[in-house]
Amino acid sequence: MNSAMISGDSMPADSAISVVLPSVLQPLAGGQSILTAPAEAAVTVEWLLDAVTGDYPALSRRLRDETGAVRRYVNIYVNGNEIRRLQGLVTAVVPGQEVLIIQSVAGG
Amino acid sequence: MGRMATAESYVLAIGTKKGLWLATSPDRTDWSLSGPHFLMSEVPSIGIDTRDGRTRILVGVRSEHWGPTVFHSDDLGESWSEPENGAITFPDGTDAALERIWQIHPDADSRPGVVWAGCEPISVWKSTDGGEHFELNRGLWDHPHRSEWGAGYGGAAAHSIVVDPTGEKVHVAMSTGGVYRSLDGGTSWEPRNKGISAYFMPDPNPEFGQCVHKIAADAAVDGRLYAQNHHGVYRSDDDAESWESIAEGLPADFGFVMLTHPRRAGTAWVIPLKADGERIPPDGKLAVHRTDDAGATWKRLDAGLPEAEYNAVLRDAASVDGAEPAGVYFGTRGGSVYASADEGEHFTEVASHLPDVLCVRAAVVSAALLPAQP
Repeated sequence: MNSAMISGDSMPADSAISVVLPSVLQPLAGGQSILTAPAEAAVTVEWLLDAVTGDYPALSRRLRDETGAVRRYVNIYVNGNEIRRLQGLVTAVVPGQEVLIIQSVAGG
Repeated sequence: MGRMATAESYVLAIGTKKGLWLATSPDRTDWSLSGPHFLMSEVPSIGIDTRDGRTRILVGVRSEHWGPTVFHSDDLGESWSEPENGAITFPDGTDAALERIWQIHPDADSRPGVVWAGCEPISVWKSTDGGEHFELNRGLWDHPHRSEWGAGYGGAAAHSIVVDPTGEKVHVAMSTGGVYRSLDGGTSWEPRNKGISAYFMPDPNPEFGQCVHKIAADAAVDGRLYAQNHHGVYRSDDDAESWESIAEGLPADFGFVMLTHPRRAGTAWVIPLKADGERIPPDGKLAVHRTDDAGATWKRLDAGLPEAEYNAVLRDAASVDGAEPAGVYFGTRGGSVYASADEGEHFTEVASHLPDVLCVRAAVVSAALLPAQP
């Protein structure tokens, strides 16, 4: 799916959804910090990720594995809530909202 | 001496739990270390492919956050490339996801471009384009034993791939599952573990299920293989139809490493560890042991190694190069790396205080490829 628009394109805020990337992933999105997908109505997080990573398959693989599952230490926030506490990948996102991708504080 | 020191140099790639380091040397004694590459990602597998007129370093990289992937460099680490869609990805219908790349094995000189990979979950992959895209070996993936294979402490993986010169005989070792053999280039597979003990199972002599840690082929004797098991060091002279113990003369029969000479018959190296309770070099004294008679006798080699060392050496944290005499390399979980230019008779320290060493691979390369020495 290649419908994602890059940050800075003229698009009314209420007809798009933005995904904010952590700095470590921005090189895989052509240096962008925000990817935006057009949306006229509520979409799922899964649809949104497909939309914004369609042109960036290496970015997509960092977020989800081959089965489509979100990687264990990747956190995706909608309205300040991590989607695992909501409805996972079928969590709804409405136009105008911002989705945050943040790596978990894990490791040693 | 078959090689000109003025025209050739040496590269040692060191994969650790927190990145990759590269060392280069004109003589295998003085080393220049560079890195880290892929800082904060583990590098459990490396392949250095010197075929086809180029030196390609392939690395299996795994980030705890962002998952596993394969990078390659054709300029000794100056730049790295990653196929956009990934070199190794499980196809639709398998309902599986790649966890870790345990092995990257460039095939014989006669088959340039062919690279094998062993992965977690237990799977074998083959590339025909120099490691940029791999295809899942369906014969092993669909094997009826799959549901009975288990996981060792480090995960369930195919970690050793040995291909004979014809390309028809392929041996794979997995933990835990044992040794599997294909006589048709990887189309079909049968377990071949007769004689290898699995003392931790109700039947200590099962058809499969052994916890093999590493296998390697004798370079000069067709059909001869060596295996370091979770307790037990073995040799087969009949393509793994049967195995016999060659552990007598070693201070311990546990360990992870099994190396064979690049050309000479009967020469192999192991690095024994005391187990199961301790998992350290016996008495805290690190040593490599070499046989030159296919396991009939072993020689302890510790010149240049520290007096006390309590860290283990993992299965792929050891390697040989193709030079004459062969170089022997290994790294510890304590982050020390050692090199020998004389088949293990003397070691020098290449690096210390690195993160846990997971994999080392060494190769002879053209000196012209290396950065100019000051």
